[in-house]
Parts: sequence; C-alpha cells; structure tokens
Amino acid sequence: MTDKRTITVTVNGASHTKEVPVRITLADFIRYELGLTGTHLGCEHGVCGACTILLDGQSARSCLMLAVQADGRDVLTVEGIAPGPDTLHPLQEAFRDNHGLQCGFCTPGMLTTLLEFLRDNPDPTEQEVRVAISGNLCRCTGYQGIVLAALDAAKRMKAARA
Amino acid sequence: MKPPAFQYHDPKTLAEAVGLLSTLDNAKLLAGGQSLMPMLNMRFVLPDHVIDLNRVEGLSGIKESGGALEIGAMTRQRDLEFSDLVKAKCPLLHLAIMHIGHRQTRNRGTIGGSLCHLDPAAELVSVAMAHDATVTVAGPNGTREIAFADFPAGYLTPAIELNEIVTTIRIPLWPAGHKAAFIEFARRHGDFAIVSAAALLQIDNGKIARASLTVGGVAVAPVRAAEVENAITGQAPSSELFAKACESCRSFEAMADIHASAEYRQHLAAVLSRRALEKAAGLADNAPWNRAH
Repeated sequence: MTDKRTITVTVNGASHTKEVPVRITLADFIRYELGLTGTHLGCEHGVCGACTILLDGQSARSCLMLAVQADGRDVLTVEGIAPGPDTLHPLQEAFRDNHGLQCGFCTPGMLTTLLEFLRDNPDPTEQEVRVAISGNLCRCTGYQGIVLAALDAAKRMKAARA
Repeated sequence: MKPPAFQYHDPKTLAEAVGLLSTLDNAKLLAGGQSLMPMLNMRFVLPDHVIDLNRVEGLSGIKESGGALEIGAMTRQRDLEFSDLVKAKCPLLHLAIMHIGHRQTRNRGTIGGSLCHLDPAAELVSVAMAHDATVTVAGPNGTREIAFADFPAGYLTPAIELNEIVTTIRIPLWPAGHKAAFIEFARRHGDFAIVSAAALLQIDNGKIARASLTVGGVAVAPVRAAEVENAITGQAPSSELFAKACESCRSFEAMADIHASAEYRQHLAAVLSRRALEKAAGLADNAPWNRAH
C-alpha cells in the first residue's frame, strides 16, 4: 500500500516536481528527496523546533506536515536565507557575532523562526524574543547568545532598511 | 519515527469529504496536523485512510452573526490570534490563544482540530466551554448542532459520529465591556497546562451580574465551576469572596499523571480559579503572578 503522488513544491525559489510516497513528511522530503540537509530533525513530533521552515512565509514544523500538503506551496529553508553564496543574512551575521550557536543543531529552526518574527515585529523586547523562540530547544547556549543575536539582528536589519 | 502507510485523500468540497468519511474504513481527518501528525509519527494511530481537510473550500473564516462569533472549523489559531474582531468582541478567546503552543504550531493548528482532539488542557476547549459554544457537524444525513456542554464524551473523545465532520463553532458573545481572564500553570511557556482557568465576568453597578468559570486540565475535559458561579453572582467582587467560593474547586474529580497528582490539580484548580476571577475583576493588577508572559 505505497500510495504515491506527484507534487510540485517551490523550495528557496526553485520549483521541484517529484513523485513521493504520500506518508512522508515535508521534513523528509526536504532532506532526502531534495538533499537539503540544513533542515534538522530532532524529535519528529513537534516539540524541538529544529525542523521549522517557512511555508508561504509562515513558520511551520516540517515534521508535522505531509510532503503532499506542500503541493503548490512555497517553502523557505535555512539554505534560502542568505542573499548569495558569499553573503550572510544580517540575522546569520548576528548569530555568528553573538555566539548564537555552538553545535548548530537548533540553528536552522532558530533562524527561520526569527526571520518570521523579526519581519512581523522589527523592534522586539528581550521578553518578546524569548517568547518567540520558546518553541525551539537549544541544549548548548542557554539561549543567552541567541537572544542577544536576535536583538542585534533587529538593529542590523533596521539599519539595512534605512 | 515515520508515519505508517496509508491512503491519502484531499477532497475539495465538504460533501466529498463527508462521502469519503462515510465510505472508507478506519479513516482519520487531518486538520492542522499539530496533534494527528505527532500521533502518526509515533504510530499511536494507524489509519488506513487520511482525509486531508486543508483543501476543502469554505471551512475557514471568522464572522459576527446574531450576537455570536461564527468560526469555521479549519480557521487557523494564527488567524484567531490576529483577528481584530476576536480581540474586540471575544477577549477570552484572544487571551487563551496566546497560551496555545508556539507561533509555529498556531500557524497550522485549527480551532476545529483542537476541539475534536479534545485534550483536557486545550485552551480552545476551555473557551468553548466557558462561552457555551455550539458546534455544527455535517454528516451523510445533513447537519446538526451540539451544545458544547454535551460535546466531550470522554478523554480525547468528542460526541460526534465516525462519519461526521465539525464545520462551524458558534461562540455566543457577552455584552460589550464584560471582563475576561485566562491563566494557566505550565512548567514552561507553551507547554500543555497542568491546570488552567478561564473567567468571564459581567459587572453592573458594582455587582457581578453574570459569571462563567471554567477549569481545564483537571478532569478528562474542562469543567464549569457552577458552584463558584452561583456563589459569586449578585455579589460585589472581592478577593475574599473569590477565595472562599473557589474552595469548592478542591472537590473536582481530578486526574493524576506523571505531571501532577490529583490532589495537586485540585489545589491548583482552587488557586487558579481565584486568580482568574481576581484578574478579570481587576483586583490583581499588582499580583506577582500577574505579569505579561
């Protein structure tokens, strides 16, 4: 009973048409069918936040969606955040400069989550940042560097817009 | 942790969805997926068919009609969170939404999915109970309405037939100027509440004209504290009144699990009920527990 479907999904601006088993998650589609292993899988039941992607600009846990549900939709993964191969996004620069990561496992989910958050709330308080990343588990940093990075990124992104 | 094999169906109309649900054996409806997908990944459920409601037309939307909010079952929690209509007319729903999971899950999770999953601690279930909501379901023989007091049939079990789909939630509105508070006790922000309390108060000329108090996370489904509601109606709101009345919450039938004993849940039921009423009545503005989260 391997039901399959052909789907077309835009990922980081590129359109992909693939035949996939209907039961595979969007996360596994991104990692195994497209080879984009930047999206990490920690818990596979919607608790750790590492697999967060943007679906039509809104954050979602890619382990809690079927790949077939993304048919016709636009997905952004961590690989699509930087403006070019040699340039980092200000959010990524802020993570690098503020020790916003150590092992890097949670980082893709943190970046996608914060990308949506800072778009909707460009001038957040520390408390708002902490609530925004409350669905993303980090076991290295104690979150301090991540919070600092998010606040710093807000400043950098504001300066970039000015 | 991968979902088991199943056949996938994505109907475009409600009639098509009802038809599939009526004819397929061992089928599960997929709404926002924030409960069903983990259950599939962990193989707690093994459906032969998954019927995805995400492409069904006309199941989402928020509108005011005849003194009530009518909310489509597939309306995302995110859309409720950012709805000016909800914020202005149904403050309890707005307050409760902010406690549901995280932004990533609210972007996908739906009100109908939450009500049908019927987690004992689910915020939307408490709001529906507090507001005496009505649930409309569609089946092969047409639609019917269920009063929310009759909706929970047991733990994680709504009182709907296997071939019925929840289509609309109708939330009767309280008069403009009524007070609302939603508080919960959880280990971490966004976790399932161990116990939650939802309070609605209508205060006229310094007296409580109408009260609604709902406690979630204690019994298999949220319960209305009718004894407290009766005790405080007609009285002038005060911390002493609320503290005395809420003692009756200690006699609720309570679940025990790895997170808390039954006795602890009963204790929290009394404390959080008092705090929710105090907060709604504006008596707790300086309380240490009453910070913006």
